[in-house]
Amino acid sequence: MSTTTASATAPAADHPTAPVKKPDPARARRRRRLSQWGFIAPAVIFMVLFFGYPLVRNVLMSFQDYSPSTFFDGKAPFNGTDNWSKVFQDDLFGKALWHTVVFTIGSLIGQFGIGLALAVFFTKRFPLNGVLRSLILLPWLVPMVVSGIVWRRILDQDTGVLNSFLDTFGAGGATPWLTSPGMALFSVILVNIWIGIPFNMVILYGGLQEVPKELYEAASLDGASAWRTFRSITLPLLKPVITVVLVLGFMSTVKILDLILALTDGGPADSTQTLGTLTYQNSFVQLDFGAGAVVGNVLILISAVFAVFYLRANRSEGK
Amino acid sequence: MTAAHIPQRARIRRRRAGRRATVPLTVVSALVATAALAGCGQQRDDDVYTVLNSSTDDSYHGWDAATLSRCGKRLGITIEQQSVPAAQVMTKSLRMASSKSLPDVIQFDASEMPTFAEAGGLIDLRTLGLSTRDIPRGIVDFGSYKGTYYGAARTVNTLALFYNKDTLKKAGLEVPTTWDEMRQTAKKLTQGKQYGIALSAGGAEDGVFQFTPFMWSNGGDESHLASKQVAQALDYWKALIKDGSLSKSTVNWTQADVNDQFMAGNAAMMINGPWQVETLNTKKNLDWDIARIPVPKAGDASVGPLGGAVLTVPKTGDTAREKTAAKIIDCMAGEKEQITYARNSWMVPANEKAAAVWRKEVPELDALADQVATARSRTAKVGARWSSVSLALQSAFQSALTGQSSEAALQRAQQRATSGK
Repeated sequence: MSTTTASATAPAADHPTAPVKKPDPARARRRRRLSQWGFIAPAVIFMVLFFGYPLVRNVLMSFQDYSPSTFFDGKAPFNGTDNWSKVFQDDLFGKALWHTVVFTIGSLIGQFGIGLALAVFFTKRFPLNGVLRSLILLPWLVPMVVSGIVWRRILDQDTGVLNSFLDTFGAGGATPWLTSPGMALFSVILVNIWIGIPFNMVILYGGLQEVPKELYEAASLDGASAWRTFRSITLPLLKPVITVVLVLGFMSTVKILDLILALTDGGPADSTQTLGTLTYQNSFVQLDFGAGAVVGNVLILISAVFAVFYLRANRSEGK
Repeated sequence: MTAAHIPQRARIRRRRAGRRATVPLTVVSALVATAALAGCGQQRDDDVYTVLNSSTDDSYHGWDAATLSRCGKRLGITIEQQSVPAAQVMTKSLRMASSKSLPDVIQFDASEMPTFAEAGGLIDLRTLGLSTRDIPRGIVDFGSYKGTYYGAARTVNTLALFYNKDTLKKAGLEVPTTWDEMRQTAKKLTQGKQYGIALSAGGAEDGVFQFTPFMWSNGGDESHLASKQVAQALDYWKALIKDGSLSKSTVNWTQADVNDQFMAGNAAMMINGPWQVETLNTKKNLDWDIARIPVPKAGDASVGPLGGAVLTVPKTGDTAREKTAAKIIDCMAGEKEQITYARNSWMVPANEKAAAVWRKEVPELDALADQVATARSRTAKVGARWSSVSLALQSAFQSALTGQSSEAALQRAQQRATSGK
């Protein structure tokens, strides 16, 4: 934007036949500069205040002994890598990291797989298509904490609806969805898949609309099977959208906190503790803000790596 | 010629637009900056005082508002109530401390008070002229940290055994007083959808609070989690689950969930506190009573956890205001207000004289008042380290209840509790 303005005005500045009074070129340039900065400033101020400052602060905090007394005297002595080694030596960190990996990959596979299947399904014309499509958006509209609390009731071992339902089929009526350490993470992933399907479906459905219909016609004339059509036409043309969906999904899944707090609070026996809940526990339960910042930084680092992938994907799409 | 004029005119228009835009944009930038800075400064009104508490619940908020308006009238000031969820009182207070906007009175959960005191944020109430006359020693200790009296309790609470009178009568069973009796009774009461007993072994403070009476009555101690006594208490919980008398869902229950189970008839007995009474009484056909929590062997003392909130004066640096804040606490924790509050909340008044009056009014909670008299504070031994101990203990009993051996789980808990400073 700004570059085109500059190139359009630059040669005109020394045009001899300017009909209006010749403006002072230095002043005009200064004013132009000012207005350019004026446009950029709100965004820059916002970014520095709300992204730059907390980010830098969080990195610094992870090298400081930041305790409740810091809030009174402002003293947070730097303690080198003490916080980092303390966090990394705690076997809870390893567990939480592993749970985060399992949770993220499991959720993404489920959300994306079902989301894509539904998106393809809805490209077919059939009655009530629009109504059904909007109904599927519902989980997306419900606040995460509300979903968490409702699912906690549904999954209750003794009084939950799901187990009563299974009971009528005579199987699995006493499944300890959230109460067994071996099962809880799986259940939490299931709930998160349910929440994530609409997002995946909507974006992928949008992407599918962009695929030219002629290609499908050509494929059917050539006698390609449904699977072959999907693999050779739908998937390749959908690739840029798929990348975006997966990266965005990754970034919102890896930092999960609210859903787990509402469903299991990290339990039973730390079996659903993720990096998100560990940060929360360190900072706001134990009030060890240094340790909390360490885990937070690890999370930011992981997200940043994937943000780079996202930008790359966007750029190649632009070309 | 005409072709050259068009960009010319367009340029002028663009330049004008540029000037027109510069002014508002600068204004917007300035506004953003001022808005960001405005949050920092805050002025105190001379006659307006603030109390920060966790009374987000409608009824509690209303009771406190009434108390504060009475006290405000008496002291000739206006007292405002600020309520945040219980889990946020500490972090909110810390943030207020760093922005120098602390309220005049903060009501902390007693288990959190030592952390704020340790950070140097509280004032000794005795130096502000508050007396501890008529307050039992245990409750003075409850509001003290390292021997200094920082927090005045209005009421205290503890846990007791709640039981469904009809169910026990129908089964022809006595109220259990020992662990063995409770195990047998619970087993017999477990029928169909009904469990014998419900308690909270959830992975939060609720679960730890509920574990303490079993740990303490058996001679266990939070500073030595890896001891035989603590392991026995945990094994007892495990036995209840193994018998099928206690639902496996206990590891996912809060104390409010336990109360729901009891009210729905899914449990014949429960371990819970008096703050549930208000909800319990909403179910008219539920005939319940309470008893002391059973002990390991007949004759052992039943030691429950002392729970409740304490009123504190944070260091604001304004001596005059701090003195008035102490007067506010003196009024809120005065005999009359204590009885009113206890009547509403079903908790036991801290003041001995007030407690005596209250006992006569609610004889059904007599057992609770007895339990309070011998109850123990969670932070008396480990002080500000309690949150680390509590987290380690939660993880330990959850592991043990879901399959691990109690000894191994507690051994690890002991390591975790001591490694975190």
